[in-house]
Amino acid sequence: MNKKDRISSVILVVFVLAISLLASCKSGKKTSGQEVTLDVPKDNTEVLQDIKQAQKIFEALPSPLESAMLIKSAGARFDEKLLNPVSSVSTYVTNKSMALNLGIYTCDLSFASLYEQTQLLIDYMNAAKKMADGLGILKAIEQEDIDKLEENINNKEVIMDVVSQTFMNSNSYLEDNGQSATASMVLVGGWIEGLYISTQLVDMKEFNGNKLVGRIIDQKLSIDILLSLLNNSKGNPAVDELMTQVLKLKTVFNKISIQTGPVKTEFDAASNTTILKSEVKTDMTPEVFKDLSAVVAEIRNSFVK
Amino acid sequence: MKILRLIPLLALLIIASGVSANAQCKAFAKKECLPELGTYTHDGNYHAAVLVEGEEAELYKTFYSDMEYRVAIVGEDKLPSIEFKVMDSNKNVLFSNKDKDFAKTWDFKLQSSQQLKLVVKVSSFNKSGDTPASGCVAIMFGFKMKK
Repeated sequence: MNKKDRISSVILVVFVLAISLLASCKSGKKTSGQEVTLDVPKDNTEVLQDIKQAQKIFEALPSPLESAMLIKSAGARFDEKLLNPVSSVSTYVTNKSMALNLGIYTCDLSFASLYEQTQLLIDYMNAAKKMADGLGILKAIEQEDIDKLEENINNKEVIMDVVSQTFMNSNSYLEDNGQSATASMVLVGGWIEGLYISTQLVDMKEFNGNKLVGRIIDQKLSIDILLSLLNNSKGNPAVDELMTQVLKLKTVFNKISIQTGPVKTEFDAASNTTILKSEVKTDMTPEVFKDLSAVVAEIRNSFVK
Repeated sequence: MKILRLIPLLALLIIASGVSANAQCKAFAKKECLPELGTYTHDGNYHAAVLVEGEEAELYKTFYSDMEYRVAIVGEDKLPSIEFKVMDSNKNVLFSNKDKDFAKTWDFKLQSSQQLKLVVKVSSFNKSGDTPASGCVAIMFGFKMKK
C-alpha cells in the first residue's frame, strides 16, 4: 500500500467511525455511556441519578392530549381566549417556534376536541398541520385526517384516535429522523400550554380544595423528566435557552411540597385492574401559585409571540 | 483515491440503515403494540427502540390519579420474552409481568399521582455462540378518565 492509499484508508476508517457514532446517537435516547450533566439543585436529583443505568432511556412527558384530558377531568371550563390564536401561524418561521407551537396547537386542539368545540378543532388541526409541514414532517397530518374529523365530528372516539395518531406521526417522524431536539421542543410546547391553560383557569376565590390546583401541583413530578429530556440535546442553542426557562420554573416548583407515603397494590379481579394506593400530602400557598402562574405565563408568552 | 469516492456512498448506507430500522419500529409499534391498548385512548406518545437479547430499557413517566391506564409492551416475534416491571420512586416493584406469564399489558389506576419507572428487559435465548437476537420493542400508554 502506498502512502496515499494509507492516508485514504485512515480517513475512511475515521469517517465511518464518526458516522456510526452519529447514527447510534440519533434516536434521541440516551445510552449508558453518555454523560449526563445538569445544573439542577442537589435536593431533587434522584431521578437524574437513576437515569444512568439502562442501555435505553425514555423520558415520557404527558402528551398534549393527556394534558388536555387532565384539565377536563378536573372539571375546568372551556375558554377559547386562552388558546393561541390560529391567526399567529404565519409568524412562526424558525424551527424552534414551529416545534413549540406544534405542541401548543396540538394541546389547544385536544382541549377543543374534549369540549366538543368542533369548528375550533378543525381550525387548530389546520394550524398544527402548517407547523408540521413547516418542520418538514412528512405525512404527520394529512388532508384525509382533517376530512375524517369533519366526517366524524360527533364521534368522540374517532376524534381522539385522529388526534393521538397525528401526534404520534409527528413525534415518531422526528425521533426516527434524528431530530430528537425538535421532538423534545414539541413536547415542551404542549406541556407548557397545558400548564398555562390550567393556571389561568384557577379561580383564586376557590383556591383551597380546587381539583385543578391539585393537577397543577402534580406537574412538579414531571419537571425533572422534562429537564432530562432536554438535557439529551444539550448544546443545541434553542434547547439550551429552553433549559434556562425550565430551570426558572423548577425553582418555583421547588417551593411546592409533595410527600408521598408507601405505595400498596390491590388487585380488583372484576375489572382486572391493579389499584396503587398511597397517601399524599401536598402544600402550595396562594402566593407560590401566583409566582408559578406568572413564570408559566412568561414562558408560554415567549413561545407564542 | 478511489476509496475517497466511496465515502459518501458508505455514509449514506450507514445513515439509511439506521433510519430504516427506526421506521420499521414505528410500523411495528403501530401494527402490533397499538391494538393492545384496546378501548383505552392512546396518549399519542411513541417509545420504541431496537433492543438486543439481554438489553434493558427504562422509562420514566408521571401517572395521574384521575386516570385509568393501560401500558402495552410488545417485542418482535424474533425476540425472546419481554420482561417488564413497574417500580415506584422508592424502587419497590409494584408489578412484574414475569408473574403473569409475560403478559403484554397491565391495567392500573392510582389513588394519588406518582412518578413511576418501567424497566423493560429482553430475556435471553441462552444459546452460546449464536449471534444475539435483536428487534423492535415498543412501549405505549393508553388512558381513560376514571369512572
